[in-house]
Formats: sequence, C-alpha cells, structure tokens
Amino acid sequence: MPPEFIVLWRPLVAAVLGGLVCGVVGVWVVMMNIPFVGVAMSHAAFAGAVTGLLLGINPLVTAAVFCIAASLLIGPVAERADLEPNVSLGIIFSVVLGFAFLAIGLMRGPRSDALSLIWGSILLVSSRDLMLMAVATGAVLLFLGLFYKEVQAVLYNREIARAVGIPERALFFAMLVLCGLSVTANLSTIGGLLIFSLIVNPPSAAYQLTYRLKTMYLLSALFGVLSCLVGLLVSWLTDAPAGAVIIITSSAVFGICLLLSPKRRKLVS
Amino acid sequence: MTPGEVAVSVRSVTVSYREHIALRDVSLDIRRGDFCGIIGPNGAGKTTLLTVINGLGHIHSGTVRIMGEPATRANFGRLRRRIGYVAQQERVDPRVPISCLEAVLVGRCGRAGLLRRLDDNDRTRARQMMELTRTSHLAARPVGHLSGGEARKIALARALVQEPEILLLDEPTSNLDPRAVRELSELVVDAYRRFNLTVVMVTHQLDHLPPVANRIIMVKDTRITHVGDRTALNDARLIAELFADAA
Repeated sequence: MPPEFIVLWRPLVAAVLGGLVCGVVGVWVVMMNIPFVGVAMSHAAFAGAVTGLLLGINPLVTAAVFCIAASLLIGPVAERADLEPNVSLGIIFSVVLGFAFLAIGLMRGPRSDALSLIWGSILLVSSRDLMLMAVATGAVLLFLGLFYKEVQAVLYNREIARAVGIPERALFFAMLVLCGLSVTANLSTIGGLLIFSLIVNPPSAAYQLTYRLKTMYLLSALFGVLSCLVGLLVSWLTDAPAGAVIIITSSAVFGICLLLSPKRRKLVS
Repeated sequence: MTPGEVAVSVRSVTVSYREHIALRDVSLDIRRGDFCGIIGPNGAGKTTLLTVINGLGHIHSGTVRIMGEPATRANFGRLRRRIGYVAQQERVDPRVPISCLEAVLVGRCGRAGLLRRLDDNDRTRARQMMELTRTSHLAARPVGHLSGGEARKIALARALVQEPEILLLDEPTSNLDPRAVRELSELVVDAYRRFNLTVVMVTHQLDHLPPVANRIIMVKDTRITHVGDRTALNDARLIAELFADAA
C-alpha cells in the first residue's frame, strides 16, 4: 500500500462521512428554514469542547453533551416562549457563546487546542473522530430510512403532519438532536465555525436543480462529499487550511448550480 | 358507530393561548352524519372550536370525546388519524420539494403508522382522491406552486385520503372566486355523501354553507350563542345579533 494512501485514508473516510451527513441534515435545516441551527449547534459544540478542555475532560464528550442539550432546548424554548424556532436558536446561541468565552477566559496556558476546534483539521483526524462520525452518519441515515415519510411530512408542514396523526413534535426534536450530533461529530475535522457552511451550501445547491425531495437528498449528499474531497485534495497538495477550502468549494458548487439551475430559465412564449 | 350517535362531545371546554382566552366554557354535541356549519364574526373562536375537535388547540379545561372515546394528550394522535382537517390557510413554503401527489400521500402517513412504508394501495387511494377532487393533472406539480383554489382541493384530497370519519373544514371557500367556491362546495358535498362523513365547516360567509348543512352553531365572543337547524340562517334577528358589535 503506498505511504500516501496510509496517510490519507482516514481523511478520505472523514471527508465522505462528513460531506454525507452534513448534506443530509442540511436538507432538513434549509427546508425548515432554520439555517441558524448550524451556527448555534457549532457554537454549542465549541463551548462544550472548550469547557471540556478547561475541566480536563475529553472535549468531544462535552461538545456532544452541550450540543445535544442545546438541540433539546431549541424546541421547548420556542414553544414555551411562543417564539419562532430561529429566535429560540438566537437565544441558545447567545447562551453557548457566553459559555465559550467564559471557558476560554478561565483557561490557563496556551489556547491553541480550543482554537483548533474553530477551524478543524481533517488531515489530522483520529480513529476516535472517525468512529464518532460513523456513528452520527449511521444514526442520521437510519433515522431517515425508518421515518422517511414522517420526515417528509414534517418538512411539508408541521401543523398538517400533527393533524394527520404523526408524532411531529418528537420527530422535529429528534431531527434537531441529529443535527447537533452531526455538528459535534464534524467539529474536529471541519471546524466549529465552518461547518455551518457545509450544512447550508450543499442542500441550497441541490435545491437549484430539483423539486424532488429524494433527488435533493442525493444531490446534497453528493455535493457535500464532493466539497470535502476537493477541499481535502487541495489542502493536501497546497498546505492550505482544509476546512476553508471545503467551504469555498461548497460555495463554488452552489454558485455553479445557481447559474445552471433550470428553475431560472425564462419561459419562451 | 351508527347514524345519530354522538361523534363529537365537547364538555365545558375552555381554550387559552397564554393569557388570552379563545373559547370559554363551551359544550357541544355533534352527531354522526351531521353537516355542521360553525358561523360567527372574525375572532369569535370558530377556528379554535374546530381545533378542539382535533386536539390542535390548547385545551385549558374541560373534556372532549371523539367517537365515544375520551380524547387525551396521549391518544389524540391516534384519534386524529380518523379526523380529516383542511386548515384555513396552510402555510406551505413555495420552495418545498414535494409534489402534490406526495402532499396528498401525507394524509396516509398517520394511518399507516410509524416504520411502515406507504404501498401501492396508498398510492392508488391518493390518486383516487385526486381524481375525485379533480386534481389528477396536478400530481407531479410542486405543492408550493398552486393557486388558492388548487391548494384547497389538494388539501381536501389529503384529508379524504385519510379515510376519515369526521371532516373539519376551516373557511375552505374564503378568498376564492365564485366559480371556485361553487366547485369546492360541490366536492365537499360529494365527499360528505359518498363517504358518510360527519362534517364540521367553519365559515363567516353564510351563503357558502351548502344546502346539506343541517346544523348551525353560532359562535360569538368566545362562546357558543346558538345551536339549531339551518332555519337559523333565515332568522334575521339571530344573524343580526351574531354579527352586531360586541358589547
């Protein structure tokens, strides 16, 4: 086996898993019109990771705890305060940001470990990171496979989903938790700040090309994987930061899809 | 259940949204096979009364029985599968990548249950209901790309594909042109007769109630002010009082 492959197999698997899971949960985020969930979740994960570093606990564990706690709070806060989910996300975002700054402020010594979580490092992905990404991807795909029709109904209209007898609330909360889990799993590879773009850009690009939900899932996952692989390759060849290249690639994919979108073609009378 | 049995029983129900009371101490029986028209001015509580029946409203106190079964938080989800619902204005994102056929099939999801895929029977049923509501030609169109009349017909098809025993209609004919109002009314009456439904229809336009409406429920200022047969629609004093300014 060539030594380059031995070095790259983990980042390659991480690119495929990360692109796939972000592409799929991104469809939920874009179709439910809650793009802020990416920012709030990534900052919750970041706050958790920094808190973990401060307390000497595995940062991925605390990141997952913060992220899942935040995703569990979004729905109930929105319902109890009678607010739009996006406003509830803003409140959660401000809370986790406060925790993150507090933890960074209390940290002694170098903060490079904490700051590396902002940018991520796909080239240095560990087996443990890969395991978490595989679990998150598997959980999201299993959930989608088991509850495809119910998820479709929730994306269509939550009130109607409830009216036909679907446990819409439980499903909506589960989708938020899976978003949080996906963000956590990709924190150390893509980075807390950049993952937001990987959740929004691929599904937005896919939406330019189709009105079919199944096609949108497939295209979004494909664009997510493609962005990660291209980002990884460019980063490996040029030493550019992988996370940044991944996001620029996903943005370029969106731009190309926007230009080529059949939805923009004018009708000829 | 047999015709004449009580399909919906509402007892002393109060509905509140935060500090605002939307419906106050309301009691009502709706018999199986009834076609009820709920009429009243805007803001009276008509839509809220409808959402009491399918459990979407925030019931503060009181009890509801559906088809003889007490409705609770735990079992309302299951009961809703037997209640078709056409909301006043269904907020459908025009971007949503779901076709009209898929939107109609959403009506089968609750009945099918979790972890079960929709099958050919479900799709056949959905196509039949689209034919009945004269929307077959819209099957492949994105559901966010419909006119007001088309959207109401798709919503009706979705409610009917549930094979409901009770059909709730919230202002189904509002903001439609006269031809669309007539067409939708015909479809509702056809479904009512064809499937032996119990229908509860909210409207503030009295002339939009079809002639088959045999019971009239008047709602004003969060309370039911009158329940009777359709002769109430010809009672000028009752109608004038209903739509007069609140004291």
